[in-house]
Amino acid sequence: MGTLEIDGLTKSYGSRKALRGTSFDVRSGEIFGFVGSNGAGKSTTMRIVLGVLMPDAGEVRWAGRPVDHALRRRIGYMPEERGLYPKMKVGEQLVYLARLHGLSKAESVASMERWTSTLGVDERRDDEVQKLSLGNQQRVQLAAALVHDPEILVLDEPFSGLDPVAVDVMSGVLRERAHAGVPVLFSSHQLELVEALCDRVGIIAAGAMDAVGTVEELRSIGNPQWVVDVPGTGDASTPAWVPDDVRVVGRSGSRITFEPRTPGSEQTVLRAALAQGDVTEFARVRRPLTELYRDVVRVDADRPTDPTTATEASA
Amino acid sequence: MSDRTWPAIRLVASREIQRLLHSKAYIVTTVLLVAAVVLGPVALSLVGGDDEGQQVGFTPAASSLTAGVESASAAGGTDMTTSAVEDRAAGEQAVTDGDLDALVDVTGAGTEIVVDSSVDPALEATVAAVSQQQTLTAAIEELGGDPAAVTGSVAESAPTVTALDAEDEFDPAGFISALATGILIFVAIMTSGQLIAQGVVEEKQSRVVEILLSTLRPWQLMVGKVAGIGLVALVQVVLVVGAGAGTAVALDLVDPDVVDLGATAAWAVVWFLIGFVTYAFALGGAASLVSRQEDVGAVLAPFTALMMVPYIVGVSIAPYAPDSPVVTWLSLVPFCSPLLMPVRMAVGGVAGWEVAVSVGLALATIPVVIWLASRIYAGAVLSSGARIKVKDALRAA
Ligand SMILES: Nc1ncnc2c1ncn2[C@@H]1O[C@H](COP(=O)(O)OP(=O)(O)O)[C@@H](O)[C@H]1O
Ligand SMILES: [Mg+2]
Repeated sequence: MGTLEIDGLTKSYGSRKALRGTSFDVRSGEIFGFVGSNGAGKSTTMRIVLGVLMPDAGEVRWAGRPVDHALRRRIGYMPEERGLYPKMKVGEQLVYLARLHGLSKAESVASMERWTSTLGVDERRDDEVQKLSLGNQQRVQLAAALVHDPEILVLDEPFSGLDPVAVDVMSGVLRERAHAGVPVLFSSHQLELVEALCDRVGIIAAGAMDAVGTVEELRSIGNPQWVVDVPGTGDASTPAWVPDDVRVVGRSGSRITFEPRTPGSEQTVLRAALAQGDVTEFARVRRPLTELYRDVVRVDADRPTDPTTATEASA
Repeated sequence: MSDRTWPAIRLVASREIQRLLHSKAYIVTTVLLVAAVVLGPVALSLVGGDDEGQQVGFTPAASSLTAGVESASAAGGTDMTTSAVEDRAAGEQAVTDGDLDALVDVTGAGTEIVVDSSVDPALEATVAAVSQQQTLTAAIEELGGDPAAVTGSVAESAPTVTALDAEDEFDPAGFISALATGILIFVAIMTSGQLIAQGVVEEKQSRVVEILLSTLRPWQLMVGKVAGIGLVALVQVVLVVGAGAGTAVALDLVDPDVVDLGATAAWAVVWFLIGFVTYAFALGGAASLVSRQEDVGAVLAPFTALMMVPYIVGVSIAPYAPDSPVVTWLSLVPFCSPLLMPVRMAVGGVAGWEVAVSVGLALATIPVVIWLASRIYAGAVLSSGARIKVKDALRAA
């Protein structure tokens, strides 16, 4: 049991800065969703964790120790660019990969059988990988990440290109692995899925973490929003009874969504609403991750450019 | 270096071995090469068998010539079987039937050779010499001299032959083994080098290399690949060389005084290994610069050209003129020597120091090639897309 710590990674490709001090950690038994727009630095971070890429600075630690070559063999990895030997049979290939990661022959065969069954590709063990449908190749790819019984899982967009059934299978496997104590780090653009599956989420933009926490914690980052509904109070854009110290951000019919300008001003709204008539709804809005994500990314885009980055020479 | 290094390399190597042993191309090439070195000489010796072994009959009157003709023809290197016939008529019948190639008779008119249509000049000369010798001996005895003393002085007066250009003496066995060695080493290094290059690009193109390199170091992957393919190629070379040498011995095709078959075979294997390691790493490193099988040919072109030069010199000049300067110099140069020196050595007459210099330079080159190739490979193998410049690969490593 331990924590996978990603600490202050920086990486430049020529003059392009891909990572600027990326830091977060993934705890044992936790599913961590890694989100961010294309080119934000997710794949670069994951490749550095796997040692496929060297960072310019920073460190990756597992249970307090820097991740070295021996430890990397205990990580299960699904690269963004999928790839297996196209002309090798599914079963042979998984056994080979398990053995490369240090399992004995017997262990490798048993593990290959278990994972191909779990992922529903056991019928295809004797087929060449290239003969499989893309969806099944994806399942074999996940099996390849799991076959050596890794202590850590790092999966780059494991859900992209999966049909809904396969998404369920994949989600189930990730939950089961996390339950077994494995820290699971995966990236995805499917934010509903991330919200449903992840214990914690990290949002990366332009090579730095913007926000890290549970979805609940992320909700508290922006201004909280509330909704109030007093049927029959007309549909003027901002009804006269709404106090001045809140900002109305949306309405449909009599249902109004607002952000308090000062803490506690939602209570003023409630009292004013009750004075108008029956209040059928008054609640804090649980904003979906998609919206939170947009906020975070928008805030980021509005932020003035760090004056040092523009002039910094490439490393 | 962790204790996981050798198991990892062994796993990579055994995957390559299994891949090759299941490949039809490898099996077919091996069978064809072995068939060529076995069936070629067998066919040659069957065809050649027709013009040997003249059957010559002697009538009772000519029987005193038999022993002389036998020993003279043995000394002259012609293969001849002699037999006695009952009389002239029986002998002529045998010649007509084709049972005898020639019949020797002695009549009052002198020595006579009876043939079906034309006489073999060597036989005619031999019979003439023996018959003249006999007549001479009889005459010397009649004059009271010592025939043995006269024969001795006659023998001494025979001219000795001085060859001005001894190298031009054509030795078919040395020539054929040189040619076969040159072709075999070239084919074996070229095909195994191509297999390595294709394997490197297959891993790049399919992107499986990223998974492999999350558990293997680049050099382990490269060394495992070279070792696996090298082992299979070595088996192929040993099989072909062994089959060729075995056939030559079985058919008695080579004169052990002229061609040392064992040494030629052993050197062919040694030079194959040196050449294989050099080119395997070079081609593997070069192949890592591209990401598609279609581009492999172009990136290997400089090396294929580099191999063609000593190969062509080796099969077209070296067997005929092993001492020509282009042959001697090229056979010392690394990258060329593995394809050329074994050809010279099969022909024979290579000085020991030349072999030592050639082997020494070739061996000294290998670590440099491995170092460069591994750096290029490590710097280039994870990138995808366009062809990478060597300079950039070295910088990325
Ligand atoms: N091999 C590379 N060479 C040059 N630039 C690269 C390379 N890989 C990634 N980048 C750049 O680094 C940045 C981060 O990319 P990446 O980590 O792939 O982002 P993500 O996975 O979040 O989409 C991008 O700007 C991308 O263009
Ligand atoms: Mg990516």
